[in-house]
Amino acid sequence: MIQAILDGVLTGAIISLGAIGLSLIMHMLRFANFSYAELLAIGAYAALVFDGLFSALVPVLDQAFAPLTLTGALALAMVIAMVVTGLSAVIIDRLVFRRIRLKADPLSMVFASFGVALIIRNVIVLIFGHHAQLYSQEIARAHVLSFDPLILIKPDQVFVLGLALVLMLALHVILTRTTFGFAIRAVAENPTLAQVAGVRLSAIIVAVWIIAGSLSAAAGTLYALTNQLNPLIGHVFLLPVFAATIVGGIGSVYGAVLGGFIVGIASGLALMLLPPGYAPAMPFLIILAVLILRPQGLFGEEPR
Amino acid sequence: MIGLISYLSFFLTMAGIMAIITLGLNLQWGYTGLFNGGIVAFFGAGAYGTMILGSGAEPDQFGGFDLPWLVAVAGGILFAAALAWVVGVLTLRLKHDYLAISTFGVAVALESLVRNSQWLTGGARGLRGFPRPFEELVGDTFTYGLVFLAIVLVVLALVWWGIERLVHSPFGRALRAIREDETAARALGKNPARLRLWSLVIGSAIMGAGGALYVSYTAFISPQDLLPVLTFQVWAMLIVGGAGNNRGAVLGAVLIWGVWTLSGFALTRLAPDSMQLDAGSIQYILIGTLIVGMLLWRPEGLLPERISQKPTKMADKAVLEVKQ
Repeated sequence: MIQAILDGVLTGAIISLGAIGLSLIMHMLRFANFSYAELLAIGAYAALVFDGLFSALVPVLDQAFAPLTLTGALALAMVIAMVVTGLSAVIIDRLVFRRIRLKADPLSMVFASFGVALIIRNVIVLIFGHHAQLYSQEIARAHVLSFDPLILIKPDQVFVLGLALVLMLALHVILTRTTFGFAIRAVAENPTLAQVAGVRLSAIIVAVWIIAGSLSAAAGTLYALTNQLNPLIGHVFLLPVFAATIVGGIGSVYGAVLGGFIVGIASGLALMLLPPGYAPAMPFLIILAVLILRPQGLFGEEPR
Repeated sequence: MIGLISYLSFFLTMAGIMAIITLGLNLQWGYTGLFNGGIVAFFGAGAYGTMILGSGAEPDQFGGFDLPWLVAVAGGILFAAALAWVVGVLTLRLKHDYLAISTFGVAVALESLVRNSQWLTGGARGLRGFPRPFEELVGDTFTYGLVFLAIVLVVLALVWWGIERLVHSPFGRALRAIREDETAARALGKNPARLRLWSLVIGSAIMGAGGALYVSYTAFISPQDLLPVLTFQVWAMLIVGGAGNNRGAVLGAVLIWGVWTLSGFALTRLAPDSMQLDAGSIQYILIGTLIVGMLLWRPEGLLPERISQKPTKMADKAVLEVKQ
């Protein structure tokens, strides 16, 4: 029970990181972006590439920070991956979504996002192959917190949770304490009014894609660090991330954070009752429950 | 020669089933503007529903009701419609994002259900042993292939005729009205949520019929038939053909099914052995590129929607009344 909650909190933190960006994007560009979770995959694989590069070029960096399996090279690679993924998100928007946004309705963007997701996922398969990969071959030892009931925790997991919380706090500070943050929130509330007040819409959209991309890259890398990396990571995270935004209320950053933890913990607990094969269906059941009980989500606006 | 004809009839049977599903999507997306992200779920509900109702009893296996073919098919279609109704009731009052996410979710959930509930769906090994309609009357497999093709074409014609009737009725005009301007339609006393629900349910029932025909043909269904790629193929068919135009939907279905079959054939024949594992990925990239490319450069499709400018009888009458 406690182990399930603990694991749920950890997965939840990663889902939250992913859901924040999705919620911002959905609120600002007004479409459900099904290619969004592929940003997690881009980030995780970018980190893999740069991790290999750095540890080959500067062997000193290939030292793990005991007791973590995280190496200096990977930490650096993750930062680069966040930048790379942020830029990829902007490029994808330029190439596809912006053009469709300018001439068609939001639902065409939803179709296009599925197409983009298919392309990204399968290009990753072509480059990196179907098989699962790991950042480190080292075995991460779990610490026994208690024997009865048996509760295990890995140092990496504590680090992941801590870093996820730090990133969320940083975003909170940006959104609530800086002019730039006000501008983002203003655009999300009312794009026209924000433009009247002198906010450049196109610049804000670019900024939001960068934030979303880098948070997803962090989520993808952290997931791959504690589990493993394969090209289906985007597909696996898509529904949980959407469930988190719906639980939290589409457009609410804090809702997405809370929603992520709720989805993570609820899935963890449900798997105590159900066989693990049903795991992919859990987020859908959570979505159904939210739609029945509170369709606008925890912090969402009243449905029209 | 016989080999070629029997392959052609196999190809056309599959293309016909895809065309039926695409017509269902055309009602939802083309005429009503509903986003269905889980076509494969409604296809699967129809397929598994028909299989469970129509197949013979097996040990340790739920179902095996051995019902007559038409009853089993009707059951499968009803099952698909019921699934759509549940999703629709919960989401259609909300923003369109919710329908998109929930339909996508229902497909993921159904796939994981059929993969894992051994007692109900046979799990990963699937269900088999379905009595194919009229098979004992025909005898040889070659003629049966042609007979089944005829059945598919009859169903396709029925679905076509039904949708044409539907969209040219006041109901169809109301659907397009809410697609174009929901507020105006509401002002005219139309109930958008109810109209959308009907469109979603009828369209999904048609997709279920596609699934029912599919299992009737293959007499086998497994979770491998419920992969998300089916949803993307059907979208590509409608987007390439032209949303809002039944001719376009059928043309797109045949075209894309042809491209899919040919590309798969070409890749297994021509690609080097080292690339065989990636053949599927290359096909997926092809479908993805088709969807995105069409949306960017020809969003109306090959055969765009034609909205008739001809006034209806009622409008004529109204004009006459005004003149008098």
